[in-house]
This record gives sequence, structure tokens and C-alpha cells, in this order.
Amino acid sequence: MSAVDQTVVAYERPPADASSATPMQRERAVTIFEKGQEGRRAFEAPALDVPEVEGLIPASARRAEPARLPNVSEPELVRHYVRLSRRNFDLDSGFYPLGSCTMKHNPRLHERVTALSGHARLHPLQDPKRAQGALELMYNLERSLGEVAGLPHVCLQPSAGSHGELAGLLVTRAYHEARGDHRTKVLAPDTAHGTNPATVTIAGYEVVPVKTSPDGGVDVEDLRAKADSQVACLMLTNPNTLGVFDPNIEEIAKIVHGVEATLYNDGANLNAVMGISRPGDMGFDIVHYNLHKSFTQPHGGGGPGSGPIAVSDRIAPYLPVPVIQKLADGTFDLTSTPTDGPGSKTIGKLRGFQGNYGCFVRSYAYICSLGGPGLQDASETAVLNANYLLARLQELVGDRLPLAFGERCMHEFVLSGTVMKREVGIRILDLAKRLLDHGFHPPTVYFPLLVDEALLIEPTETETKETLDAFAEAVADIIREAEEDPSIAQSAPYTTPVRRLDEATAAKRPVLRQPL
Amino acid sequence: MSRYTAVTDTDRAAMLDAIGVGSLEEIFEAQIPAGVRLQGGLDLPDGLPEQDVYAHLLELSKKNTSAEDEITFLGAGMYDHYIPAAIDMLLGRSEFLTPYTPYQPEVSQGGLQVMFEYQTAICELTGLDVSNASVYEGPSAVAAAGYLAKLASPKRPRYLVSGALHPDSRQTLETLSVGYGTEVVEIPLKDGVTDVDALRELLADGGDQVSAVIFQQPNFLGAIEDVQAISDLAHEQGALSICQADPIALGVLEAPGNQGVDVCVGEGQALGNRLDFGGPSFGFFAATNAHIRRMPGRIAGETTDADGRRGFVLTLQTREQHIRREKATSNICTSQALNALAGVVYLSWLGRDGLVELGELLIQRTHYARETLTAIEGVTALHGQPVVREFAISLPDGVDVGEVIALAQDRGVNPGFDLGRVRDDWKGGLLVALTEQRSRSDIDRLAEVLDESIRAYQGGERSPLGRSGSTQEVAA
Repeated sequence: MSAVDQTVVAYERPPADASSATPMQRERAVTIFEKGQEGRRAFEAPALDVPEVEGLIPASARRAEPARLPNVSEPELVRHYVRLSRRNFDLDSGFYPLGSCTMKHNPRLHERVTALSGHARLHPLQDPKRAQGALELMYNLERSLGEVAGLPHVCLQPSAGSHGELAGLLVTRAYHEARGDHRTKVLAPDTAHGTNPATVTIAGYEVVPVKTSPDGGVDVEDLRAKADSQVACLMLTNPNTLGVFDPNIEEIAKIVHGVEATLYNDGANLNAVMGISRPGDMGFDIVHYNLHKSFTQPHGGGGPGSGPIAVSDRIAPYLPVPVIQKLADGTFDLTSTPTDGPGSKTIGKLRGFQGNYGCFVRSYAYICSLGGPGLQDASETAVLNANYLLARLQELVGDRLPLAFGERCMHEFVLSGTVMKREVGIRILDLAKRLLDHGFHPPTVYFPLLVDEALLIEPTETETKETLDAFAEAVADIIREAEEDPSIAQSAPYTTPVRRLDEATAAKRPVLRQPL
Repeated sequence: MSRYTAVTDTDRAAMLDAIGVGSLEEIFEAQIPAGVRLQGGLDLPDGLPEQDVYAHLLELSKKNTSAEDEITFLGAGMYDHYIPAAIDMLLGRSEFLTPYTPYQPEVSQGGLQVMFEYQTAICELTGLDVSNASVYEGPSAVAAAGYLAKLASPKRPRYLVSGALHPDSRQTLETLSVGYGTEVVEIPLKDGVTDVDALRELLADGGDQVSAVIFQQPNFLGAIEDVQAISDLAHEQGALSICQADPIALGVLEAPGNQGVDVCVGEGQALGNRLDFGGPSFGFFAATNAHIRRMPGRIAGETTDADGRRGFVLTLQTREQHIRREKATSNICTSQALNALAGVVYLSWLGRDGLVELGELLIQRTHYARETLTAIEGVTALHGQPVVREFAISLPDGVDVGEVIALAQDRGVNPGFDLGRVRDDWKGGLLVALTEQRSRSDIDRLAEVLDESIRAYQGGERSPLGRSGSTQEVAA
């Protein structure tokens, strides 16, 4: 154990004093619309180089008042947004163990290659014959993702995980309808991410929740009871949001296929199993990937994302168009009217053009960097890091924050704050807010809904052991501090640019824009 | 260990010891059924050093003809505007690039204030009360607006959609509305714009079945629509008026919110975002106050902190999936935060006067381009409507537009979009788009090359690369 002890960083408890504001707290938030002066500008229009003609636009169509945008110089503009940026916590600055979000390092190489003009200034409607590099990249990415999922046909288009879910249910619907089978229900476990049921509704189905068994997996008997000929699909996240790999996955697949429904994998947690276990081999018909999670597209403060799907042979004809084809002469084509194979009985277009190509470039570069062995190493290390952090936390605060399900985990785990709330007097929210003072982004809180006072922790593979140790120490210190005085955590944070915000008033009397 | 992980053999031994297992394999064995373990690893190549990956991605980029490699007039939804250097620098900052959704507002004030500023800018552009923090992209925004109309009038199972709505928007709406069972009926065009008389007739018979009238300003053919007339007709029958707009054109055209539009959406790429072969970009989404609780996506709002300081939070979250689950107003749980940041920085860079100046410049150059191209023998305007930055022409009878585009591209000019790719009755049509990056001399060069390419085609010349467009489409 000496190796563990040596790497624990020296720990200093952060201040818990609200009486003297920090420099950033003293800086009042002022929007760009409250800055600038008439006459200032950052933009200079090119000179008018054609003969000027009056009256080209009828007066009735013309704008009566210009849009009241700011008038700022470039220095003002740059300083405003740089200062704003400093009011954000970000992954490059610190540990961000947000569960089910896979906040792994974003390699800077990806930003460089995405910015190459051949990628960045390529028009989406460029003739496919003059966009061969892009199509080759997308084709290679499709093949690579298909190999990771163990499903042969990939559509890169969905713009986010939830969009992938929608694509998955729409191809499911088309598949059933083509067989003359009109189904009405979609099953989803009660641990599912909220987008699953929301997507089910939009796809025109009724959602039926399936219970979770004490081991954290799907309650197989409940599933068996609910799986009937009206069920179009079971949407499953495996490993699920409890960090549990479903021990009965083979049986689940058998039950679902037994009623001729499709089995859909929400790939939010793919980072646990790359090169270790493949959704296709588990029996899934459809899987979505979150390129912004497992394949490290930067999250950008909440977007952009990208949510490609992979499907089995029987689903492939229904995939959205356009599709990429490799032609006999080795060149690539992009077509909306494939005569056979993927997309030949398409559900249609899912969005504009062919997807978030900028995200594809980054994820493709990532796959090239890591290769097959590297992807497997990433997942193995993610699972190692999660189990190590779990062990450290259980060693330090296991009596206050026990593991909600099972003994070990995959790449993430859920602790329950029920005991801490009762015995120490602070809620998970308080713990999360006090973590901010320690310089850590808190894990996901109050999700999954199934666990009372849930704390969902996903460290990812790119963190060092030293960071994991420091985080565990911080959690332990917060609980120690709260044992003495719970009010400290209850009023935290103290050191952030603003302190706890009044969300109730924001919702009750919404102010959603700068008044001008 | 790859260059992105840092667990050494020493670390691993200590970590496994702390976990209480002899190997990582024990952890997997205990959790994953043997029957679904992958044996032998992934069938993918080994990883490469950073410099090799760079070289490979550079090589791929060189196989593409980008807007830097030719004089391009290709638009049809995405436009090659100049992107100010400040945007590259700001978007590259770790603090904007690498955080997630602002779940912890105390350490996300930068991103949240950006959303608040962005929402303000979109409200100003559209003349509407409330904007969300953005959705995926333009056509998705149109489909989301359709779903809002469905929520507003659940018993009206029909959309009336202009024939000059962007085909991607139309098709996305069709794909998504299949699920909840709303049909899409087209409003025909007359001289390049939505036929208002035809719309009146469509509404006269079964107007109470229509939840929304959906159209585009300027429309797909570049023409300016009579927004007020369309909105008035929609409202007479209790339907919503939904307008997809070009945000650059809104610098000079009347704000849709002042012309009766209930929901204004659009593709935000033109506002400071790269072409990126189609994405990521953002879709903007604004509506009247009446629809505030039906809005999809994230919304930032102003509030105060425990000490009374001004601050920002995500708000009205009772619309969203994590609370409402199957009753949510949408399944969209993200905004395109980084792309929307580019949007609001771009609009601030242009400023109040700059946005107007940009629009006026485009109107003049577009007019010049239309005059110049229609002076070519056999080339006519596809419609005579006023335009801002894009217009449609017809090439001479018997001329294959795809072949002419290919010949022009061989000569270094991309003349625009082959309208026959999306509608049979537009065969022979070419859609030409301008940005401030296309000067008079570029336009003159376009005219020269287009003329030359038409004559070359008529003389039997064909591009060695083949006709522009999908090989499959030619076969079909």
C-alpha cells in the first residue's frame, strides 16, 4: 500500500468564507449588448465594386429598424469573450468526472487537422468526385466504428446521441411496417437516460418501463412479462448508467428477438467495452455511438456532438440517406438513391447534408492514433481507473457513500448519498458544490433517478492515478468537514465566479434575453 | 499505454492491489458473460504517432476541392463567408472548447452568459420574443418547429409546406413527422415564390386540419417571399406561421416576427461557422412568448446568486427530458454551444451597422451577377423576383447542368448548385450564391467560364472527371 500513500498530494482545505469576495466575484456580469459605443466596429465591409442600383428590394420587404447588435471594436470583442471564458471550468484545467459523459482528454491534433482548409472549407454540396478525401474518411470511419460495434452498416448522420436514438427508432418502425407489422410500444429500463422515453414519444410509440433487478441489470422476469407482439424495440444501455454490465444480456436478446422486436443499444457507455465486448455480438440490432464521448469530439460547452448509428443486415435498407458507396474503381460516391443495400428502402433524410463532418475528422484522427489495441487499452484503463477510484472512495468514505449496486463496476459507478444525508446532514448537491471549491468538477448528481441521492462518477482513462487520489481525498475531506459543520457544504461554493444561483426565480419569472 | 493515458506498470500494480484483484481480467470476467467477450481484439490497424496521423489527414484533405481551391458560387444552404480570426482564437480556448453542458452554473457562467447573449442576438434578428440556445442545424430546426406546432394543435394532422422550402428541411420534416403521423402537403410556386392564391385554396378546404404553414425567407431559389401575406392566411385558419430564414439576409429584410411569423428558425452556419462539409453548425429557433413552454432545447436565463450577484442558469427545464421524460417537448438535450458562440461573436464582430452593410453589398453584387449571367446567350433568369444573395438561372435548352458545372470546375470556377438534383421541374436550373468573398472580378470570371463551359458542352467536350453529382443519380 505504500505506493498509494506516496502519491497522495499534500492537501489544503479551500476557504469557506463568503465575507470577502474574490476578484472574479467582484466583476459584475455585463453582456456584450451593454458594451460598445455607436460608431465602433470590428468589421470593415469590402468596397462596393459594382454599379450601385437603387430600389432592388421593395420597401415593404425591407427592415424598418436594424437589429440592435453591439457596436464594438475588435479589442473589446476579444477581451469580452476571453474574460467570459475565464468564468468557465473546463476539462483542460481540471478533473471532470461527469458520469455517462466520458470527459476524456481532447487531443489538440484533432483541432489542427479539422482546421485544414481541405476539410474546413469543403462545401457539403461539392461534387462527390471532388470530395474524395472526405468520402474516403467517412467510409473508413464507418468501417472502423462498425468493427467496434460488431455491426456491419454505419450511418454517420445523426447529430447527437438523442438524434441517433430517433434514427434507431425510425428505422425500427420502417422495418416493422415493411413486414406489415404495426407495433405500438417500446420498452426502456427505469435506469434509462431521459432522452430515451422522449425519443420514443416523438417516434410515435408508447414507452413501457422495465424494472431493474437487485443486481443492477434488467429484471428479466419483468421483461418477459412485458415483451409481447406489440413491442417494437427494447432500448438498453449496456453497460447501463449504474456502471453495470447486464449479466443476462444473452437471455435479454433472446426474449426480445423472440417477439421479433429490435434490440437497441444506447452507446453512451461504449467507452467501457471497446475491444472487450461488442454490442453486435451481444445481440443488438442497432447501436448509437456518441463521438463526443468515446471518440473524444470536444463537448464545446454542450455541443456540437455526433451520434452515428450501426445496424445489422436486416435493418440496413432503412438507413437514412445519403449513403457513401465505394465503387468498383475504388472511388467513393455519395448518393440519396441507392438501388440496393443500405438506404435502398430509406426512411429519408434525417437532417441537412451528410452529418457533422468536423466531428468525423476528429474521431477518425483519434481512431488512427490509437488503433485497435489503443482503443482496447482506453477501455481497459477506463475500467481500471473507475474501479480504483471506487476502491479508494470505499476505503475512505464507504460508510457514508456506499456503492448503490454490486461490488465492482465497469467504467463508471453510482454511489448513494442516503446515509451521508441522514448521518452527516449534507445532500449530494452540497457535496457537489463543495467539490467546486476544491477545484474539481462534480460528478453527475441525482441521476440515475432510481438511486436516491445518486452520485454517478466516470473518471475516464486519461486521468492519472494522482488525480484520482486527490479527488478521493477531496471527497473525504468534505465529509470530514461536514461532520464538524454541515453548514459549510450547505452554503458552498465560496470561491467560484458566482455562488449558488436562484434557479427557482429564473424559471418563475424568466429573463431570457438582454433588454435593450 | 497510449499517449493519451498515463497508467504505468507501477501504477497498475498499486491500483489492482487497492481494488483487491490480481488482474484487470478478473474484473471483466466477473462482470461480462464469457459468451459475449470479444476474442482476439478489434480488427483495426495499430495506432500511429501524432505526426503520421497529421500526414494522413493532410493527404485526405488534399483530395478535396475546397472553397480555397476554386472560385465558388455554391450555396443552397451553406455559404463561404469570411470567418474572422478572432473566432478561431476564441473557439480554440479550452474554456469554451472542452467543458460539457453547464450543469454546474457556478463554474459555467462564461458559457451560460454566451447563451444569454446569443439568445438576445437571435431575438433581435428574428424580431421574436424568445430564442433557445440553438438546436442541431437548420433542417432539424424546421422539423423541431413542426413538432412545436403539433404540440400546439395536436388535433391538426397536416403541414402546408412551400415548394421553395429547402429540400433538406422538407425531407427532414417528412422523415420525423412519420412517427407522430402528420402529413406534409406542398404549396405550389408561382414565378419563383410561394403561390399565395394556391395557399388560400389549400386553407379554404380543410384549413382546420393544418397546424402550420412552413416556408423560407428568402426561399430556396433566393426569392423574397411575402411573409406577411403567408402569415395572415395561416392565422385566419388558426395555423402557425413557421419561417426558415437566412440570418444574413435578415440584416436587411424585415424581421419575420414583425410580419406575423410565430416561429422563425434557420441554419446558423453563415454566422461565423465553417462549411465543414455540412457540419457541425447550429440551428437557431425563436418564437413568440405564447410558445415559450413548448420550445425545444436548452434555454439560458438571468438570475442572481446567494450574494445578489447577477448570474445565468439553464432554465425552464420542466420542458426537458431529464424531468419530463416521455412528456418532454423534444428529445433534443443539447445545444450547439460552440457553434452558437461563433454565431454571437460573428454578429458582434459585424455589429449593428456591419450586418446592414454586408447585406447591402450582397444585394448589389447579387444583382450585378444576375444581370451579368443572364446576358450570356441562352441563359435566362429562372424567376424575376427580388433577391438578396442567391438567385436561380436557366441554362440554354438541351444543356446538361451537371456536365456544365464539371466543365466550369475544371476551369477553376464552381458556378453553383444543379437544381435538377432536387426537383425534376427545375432541370436546367442553376442556383448561384454570393458572399462578400466573391468580388466583381470573381463574378466576371464566373460569367466568362460559364459561357465558355456551355459552348464547350455544346461542342461535345466533357470533363475527364465526369458529370457533377452522384454517379448513382445519373444511372437513375
